[in-house]
Amino acid sequence: MERLNVNLGLVKLDNPIIPASGTFGFGYEFTQFYDINILGSISIKGTTKDARFGNELPRIAECESGMINAVGLQNPGIDKVVNVELVKLKQVYRKQVISNISGFSLDEYVYCAKIMDKNDMVSILEINISCPNVKHGGMSFGTSSESAYEITKAVKAVTSKPVFIKLSPNVTDIVSIAKACEDAGADGISMINTLLGSRFDLKTGKPIIANAMGGFSGSAILPVALRMVYQVAQAVNIPVIGIGGISCASDVIEMMSAGASAVQIGAENLRNPYVCKEIIDDLPKLMDELNIKNLKDIIGRSFK
Amino acid sequence: MNKIQDYQIISNVLVAKKTYEMTLTGDFSWVKNCGQFINISIDNKFLKRPISICDFSENELVIIYKVVGYGTDFLANLKVGDSINCLIDLGNGYNLDLVNDKCLLIGGGVGVPPLYATCKKLVEKGVKVRVVLGFTSISDMFYVDKFKELTSDVFVSTNDGTYGDKGFVTDVIIKNNLSGMDYLTCGPEVMLKGVHKLMTGHGQLSFEARMGCGFGACMGCSCKTVSGYKRICVEGPIMQSEDLLWND
Repeated sequence: MERLNVNLGLVKLDNPIIPASGTFGFGYEFTQFYDINILGSISIKGTTKDARFGNELPRIAECESGMINAVGLQNPGIDKVVNVELVKLKQVYRKQVISNISGFSLDEYVYCAKIMDKNDMVSILEINISCPNVKHGGMSFGTSSESAYEITKAVKAVTSKPVFIKLSPNVTDIVSIAKACEDAGADGISMINTLLGSRFDLKTGKPIIANAMGGFSGSAILPVALRMVYQVAQAVNIPVIGIGGISCASDVIEMMSAGASAVQIGAENLRNPYVCKEIIDDLPKLMDELNIKNLKDIIGRSFK
Repeated sequence: MNKIQDYQIISNVLVAKKTYEMTLTGDFSWVKNCGQFINISIDNKFLKRPISICDFSENELVIIYKVVGYGTDFLANLKVGDSINCLIDLGNGYNLDLVNDKCLLIGGGVGVPPLYATCKKLVEKGVKVRVVLGFTSISDMFYVDKFKELTSDVFVSTNDGTYGDKGFVTDVIIKNNLSGMDYLTCGPEVMLKGVHKLMTGHGQLSFEARMGCGFGACMGCSCKTVSGYKRICVEGPIMQSEDLLWND
């Protein structure tokens, strides 16, 4: 359906619905629920140079209208992601994916970016400089404009694919960080990652999550994400993928009005594995009700 | 088949202290193995609650749960005729093809339920089944009579000695020389650990964890095993004894 088409720079999507990294595995797990080829794209599980088990259990804590996770970037390492996971996905998925990359040093980001640059299944590199779960890890790059600039520049130098930088909301001025990424040549911004949070056990008083803190996501964070996308989309001239608390078609309309060219759905996939399909099915009817002809037309209409 | 289904409650009764047996009606032809679980939606809560299947037929399914918080209290307050919304067909379940001519079932507390349908199936297959059930106290005890209808070899322990042997399931196993048998078990992790250490036969152990999704997407319940990382919700909840690595 053409009226759902959107563009992320030169990358054309059938619709703006993209499951967010870390909530959709490597995609093929969801074929038990629906045909994943209906999706705009998929942001696959965050990939690092080496295999990682991640954090100790418990990794999950429930919250009002959301959850905290501290998985800690569990993934089999980039070689297995390319040679096993993406090969498995290719058997059931005809489109390209967004490759989400994390690292603990500039060199690791560059190493992964070089490998994904050569992979035909990858349309966009999404550089996670904001994962709050890993000690001494991604967080440091995402919390200053200088390091965000540095990492963007280094990744851009080794790939011809579009580079989107995924930003952390746990910063004092997200607009200046987004601008630094744009200045360094980023082709787009993905935002926001999870908010840092904690929960404590009522009886013991100890943290529920083994890692003590983790990333808070779910519908509770939608207003925070909307506000930040609204601020950043006005300040940069590159596309923004809006992420954070989206759980239904009307949230997508809101996020695109705030300035997003596409959206990612995260935590809601975990409580309703059908949510992305439901949103894609619901969008045309909601657009009719709101007199929206094409989704493209509403991007950033809040400030235009 | 859509893996999210609504099922009507036809019974929801107290069977022990804070412990309820809920019977659902609907199409349960999807159940492949004993030891699988369903993930139940709770009004006003973000995450579903994973509960193992106690017993099932084509059109009825039984779960047993203990009230430990908001979610299980919500379930306890549901009435006959109400419906629950669940994600279905989750987890691997026990592999009964691995069971030889005799087998020991070891259940602890609310880990007992998945062993009930398991016991039924094994008895139907002609397996000589012995059962060891452990509870905190007599007031926490349930289903002992139902197991006794299936097999004459049912041993019970309570931590305080108010019923059966005083102590833990492991004490009963030692006393009756059962530690060499192949076994299927479900219970608190500390019990599983004790059982795994004691038993010399092959075991299938059912684990629980705080889960995000329950179907393998979030990696919230991963554990390390001899054969690599496994998700308790997909590659589990049943793990094979030779595959386990304990954190200590």
